[in-house]
Amino acid sequence: MSGVAFDTCDVLVVGAGPAGMAAAVAAAPSGASVVVIDDNPAPGGQIWRDGPGASLPPVARQWREALARHANIRVRSGTRVVAAPASHELLLEDADGAMRMRWTKLILCTGARELLLPFPGWTLPGVTGAGGLQALIKAGLPVEGERIVIAGSGPLLLAAAATAIAAGAQVLRIAEQASFASVAAFGASLVRWPGKALQALTLADARYRTASRVLSAQGTAQVESVRLRQGDREVEMACDRIACGFGLTPNTQLGQLLGCALAGQAITVDALQATSVAGIYAAGECTGFGGSERALVQGTIAGHAAVGEVAKARTHDRERARWNAFAAQLHRRFALADDLSALPRPDTLVCRCEDVPFSALSACTGWTDAKLHRRCGMGACQGRVCGDAAQFLFGWTPPAPRPPLVPVRIETLAGLATPGDARQ
Amino acid sequence: MSDQTQLHIDGQLVRVKAGSSVAAALRVVDGKGAARTSVTGQPRAPFCGMGVCQECRVQIDGRRRLACQTVCAEGMRVETTA
Ligand SMILES: Cc1cc2nc3c(=O)[nH]c(=O)nc-3n(C[C@H](O)[C@H](O)[C@H](O)COP(=O)(O)OP(=O)(O)OC[C@H]3O[C@@H](n4cnc5c(N)ncnc54)[C@H](O)[C@@H]3O)c2cc1C
Ligand code: FES
Repeated sequence: MSGVAFDTCDVLVVGAGPAGMAAAVAAAPSGASVVVIDDNPAPGGQIWRDGPGASLPPVARQWREALARHANIRVRSGTRVVAAPASHELLLEDADGAMRMRWTKLILCTGARELLLPFPGWTLPGVTGAGGLQALIKAGLPVEGERIVIAGSGPLLLAAAATAIAAGAQVLRIAEQASFASVAAFGASLVRWPGKALQALTLADARYRTASRVLSAQGTAQVESVRLRQGDREVEMACDRIACGFGLTPNTQLGQLLGCALAGQAITVDALQATSVAGIYAAGECTGFGGSERALVQGTIAGHAAVGEVAKARTHDRERARWNAFAAQLHRRFALADDLSALPRPDTLVCRCEDVPFSALSACTGWTDAKLHRRCGMGACQGRVCGDAAQFLFGWTPPAPRPPLVPVRIETLAGLATPGDARQ
Repeated sequence: MSDQTQLHIDGQLVRVKAGSSVAAALRVVDGKGAARTSVTGQPRAPFCGMGVCQECRVQIDGRRRLACQTVCAEGMRVETTA
């Protein structure tokens, strides 16, 4: 007996961020049975993460209430998708066990992760991603009185700073790698998206520096100081924590596993958010990062389209175009400087799971070589941190995902072996 | 309903705000918040905060789980040395 449960639904949504919530709410009035799967403890995704250190904005509560209002939407939090054992089936795992879920239409709303780039000292306790710090604080990480330096690229640095300050931390510096001209041009472009401009104003901060980057973290058992380059000056600051994120990378693993085509680093979709595979749609940041408003409108279109309501879906075309244009501004103005790839020293670990240093990789010819001979990307994160880093550092195409997508329990793997038609 | 949760981390009793993640609780019990050691024995702490890096893996009530995506429950037993 494998002990793997079996369930079925009309529309399966993976990811309960803005895109997934909107998709489920748009699909529900059709009467279809909708299931939403998410690996976090509560719906909301990266932006609307709840916890003792978070104050959810009203819009997040409204979406949560909308999900709860529909009796035909079932939300399964704390559940991750680990494999696709058969056509129209996904294998899921939660704290208690495994389950195979059969779907008729699938909507991928798997969001994005932070791009984390290696620099000397980045493995020390006290170094986190920028969005990572924000997520940890919302989930209750105490940072009161801590001296924090935030570095990397993109508006998320300001959002992370605001969260840290509200939690009582002392933010010493926000170091943005993009130039002043680029950031100013981004700011000026926000007149087209007044809501965003207002947000930017409330986040603007005197500790913000452009053309600045982290050089290294120092410390023995944990972070004690940071070295930064600001323009052509180098500064060293004593601090307790460094939060460093270089923008976002779409989560495409599940889409790739299902055979969905990619364009660049994102899942390709058409005007109805349909992927290259029949019956599978994608919405939100897995189709390219661009903020929660874009994720919401894409999710709405995908939800309508998945239940055959094409006319309803098309009424949102203009709104989507508006937020796609915003996304294009983000990508253009916060493009990463090529020379960030000079940050690692020979002994800087690139693969944090298998402790593989930069020097061991610089001689490799590509991913396969690095994997087979250096074990790079063979650890628990399955290349999701070092794969992105190696793509930036060496231009290597990230490894093709293999099931299971994340480390799982042995009992869950039994679900892969159970033939699709021998279910109970 | 209490606004605090008590759990055990490596045998030590820890009290955190209700709804905190295990990753947050690790920081309360040990200033560094370390979750595990790397393959060459370096201390590692939660890094991505969002279920990607797997550096916050701990044993929770005998099962290996991610500290950043697990909410503390009353009486939970967490082992970081597993
Ligand atoms: C750490 C972080 C913090 C951010 N903070 C902000 C902010 O403060 N303000 C802002 O404007 N933007 C923020 N963003 C940008 C943000 O990603 C988007 O604006 C918005 O959340 C995107 O919505 P989405 O629905 O596309 O994806 P997400 O919100 O990322 O939702 C995707 C969900 O799917 C889940 N998931 C992915 N794969 C699986 C799987 N295999 N199985 C189960 N579940 C899965 C994820 O855990 C997540 O809950 C942040 C991004 C990150 C990475
Ligand atoms: S901190 Fe990265 S997976 Fe938990």
